[in-house]
Amino acid sequence: MTRILSYLEAVGEALAQELRRDPSVVVFGEDNIGGTGCDGTLGHAWGPTKGLHEEFPDRIFDTPITEAAFVGAAVGAAATGLRPVADLLFVDFAGVCFDQILNQAAKLRYMVGGKARVPLVLRAMWGSGMRRGAQHSQALYPIFAHIPGLKVVVPSTPADAKGLMTTAIRDDDPVIFFEHKMLYFSRGDVPPEPYEIPFGQARIARAGDDCTIVAIGRMVHEALSAADQLAADGVRCEVIDPRTVSPLDTDTIYASVRRTGHLVVVDEANPRCGVAGDIASSVASEAFDALRGPVRMVTSPHAPAPFNPTLEDAYPPSAADIVAAVRATRRRSVHPTMPEQERVS
Amino acid sequence: MANDTAGLDRDQLIAGYRTMRTIREFEERVHEEFAGGGIPGAVHLYAGQEAVAAGVCAALADNDYIASTHRGHGHGIAKGCDLAGMMREIYGKAGGLCGGKGGSMHIADFDRGMLGANGVAAGGVPLACGAALSAKLRGTGQVAVAFVGDGGANQGAFAESLTLAAVWRLPVVFVVEDNGFAQSTGTRFHLGGRQVAPRAEAVGISSAVVDGYDFVAVHDATAEAVHRARTGGGPTLVECVAHRFFGHMEGWDRQGYRSPGEVDRLRAEHDCLVLLAKQLTADGSVSTSDLAEIDLAVRARVDEAVADARAAAEPDLDELLTDVYVSY
Repeated sequence: MTRILSYLEAVGEALAQELRRDPSVVVFGEDNIGGTGCDGTLGHAWGPTKGLHEEFPDRIFDTPITEAAFVGAAVGAAATGLRPVADLLFVDFAGVCFDQILNQAAKLRYMVGGKARVPLVLRAMWGSGMRRGAQHSQALYPIFAHIPGLKVVVPSTPADAKGLMTTAIRDDDPVIFFEHKMLYFSRGDVPPEPYEIPFGQARIARAGDDCTIVAIGRMVHEALSAADQLAADGVRCEVIDPRTVSPLDTDTIYASVRRTGHLVVVDEANPRCGVAGDIASSVASEAFDALRGPVRMVTSPHAPAPFNPTLEDAYPPSAADIVAAVRATRRRSVHPTMPEQERVS
Repeated sequence: MANDTAGLDRDQLIAGYRTMRTIREFEERVHEEFAGGGIPGAVHLYAGQEAVAAGVCAALADNDYIASTHRGHGHGIAKGCDLAGMMREIYGKAGGLCGGKGGSMHIADFDRGMLGANGVAAGGVPLACGAALSAKLRGTGQVAVAFVGDGGANQGAFAESLTLAAVWRLPVVFVVEDNGFAQSTGTRFHLGGRQVAPRAEAVGISSAVVDGYDFVAVHDATAEAVHRARTGGGPTLVECVAHRFFGHMEGWDRQGYRSPGEVDRLRAEHDCLVLLAKQLTADGSVSTSDLAEIDLAVRARVDEAVADARAAAEPDLDELLTDVYVSY
């Protein structure tokens, strides 16, 4: 049985259920209760933690604006028996506590020869579209995916947000959990009971044989919209949502490309040294023989996110961009009309 | 070992002397071994500051936590880390406390509450706050100590940790080790204000400034802070002033920034071991030969640790890829 929940409610439900299940889970961040000392009902700017303090008054805290201290405290608490879920609010604020993520959380276990576990979740709101300007709109998951020791989760639907958050909290490694601010109020079926979605297992959001589209986070929905438009022209796209970019389910991507022969990667992050390029190069390296056209990457430009609504609307990839990319890679197919028997031989 | 409030008895003073002598002997030997080419990488020696690590850790229980710094050998020894395991780690050998994957700057022993030396000056300070949060929420009564140098105290992570610990009333003790220099820049040139302690007062945390050459003074100030932390009184900052004998880092620092004869005078006039020996022998209950016996035993242990580390194997190549994740 499922109910319709928002993405935001789904994150909150996972937090509540894990707090209930495991007394070592603690939740903190700026305004995670929201107004300590007053009614305390805000629960983070958009509210995934709203109301949790009523059931768990001793395990959810507001922090002072001290990201380096409280993210580091999450590392220390995780290494000594708790399962903290710390909230960075906007992922852009990683800039003021990057040492604690990069040098402490990610490396502690390795540096001490495996004698420590760091089971923490760092929640991070990301993405453009809310007119928040260049310092509140970034898609920084490629930076974290680059760092060994971290796991990076980028859910695209309410059901995935809940299941992946549950897995993240139960996981014994540090997890950076990316919540797209423009998806917070998207709605979908969410099972009421606690459930895990394994890391490193992509979801096939739509099946098809003509072109593989790998899309991340909010871009999954743009890709599905593009696939709808292309289907009207008889082009059947397969849309793959990796769900986690570290670990990355390359097997599912290779298998799809081996069937379709075409790959378009859609990534809201900036184009240089990113996840899109990583997926494209992996496919070029491991499934080159299957490619029948050039790999296309559709990303935001190599520019900060603008504030102006007209400019910002033009910033991330759109369904139209994705349609154009699919058509472009198929137009340049190496063997577009080769008979089936020749292809086999 | 724990002694929150009372003064130190004779056995505890002798134990403190043994710890300090062990650190001194260990560091003097690492200095020689490094010069001989046996030890790879970056090594920062603690000699001269022994009374701080020993005094602080004498006020802690076995299961209390410490988060250390890049200059962490003394903290590890004082917290009870295995000497041979530490030496092997500094040599980067198999069987080191971290399997050779951490080295001098990342020595850790979670079984002894030693959460790790740290390659980032104030990097470990928030970790200690987290361990204190963990102890508080689990209701264990444990206390966490964050060591930081006078240089590291300038980092934002330290200032933020003071605020977080004050607001959350964490059972943590910030031990600032003013050893005179941030790398090669003297305290009077890098520290805004003459001391770090007033920064704690500014966020409502009690503080004390003590003679870091005096084991008893360091212990007593820490014991008071630990008692406050254990009884729900929140954090304290203890600032200990004791200059280091060696340079910032082995093989790199000729200490040209120090005045001629400064280190010789330091060793002659401000040796924490000489001071504690005087205190121990003053009433005749401990003789100089008793202490000489300790010195010999310590030397034998350090000799043994060095021989063991030299002979130990390199880690298996497979270790390159283990311990990155619990699962991936």
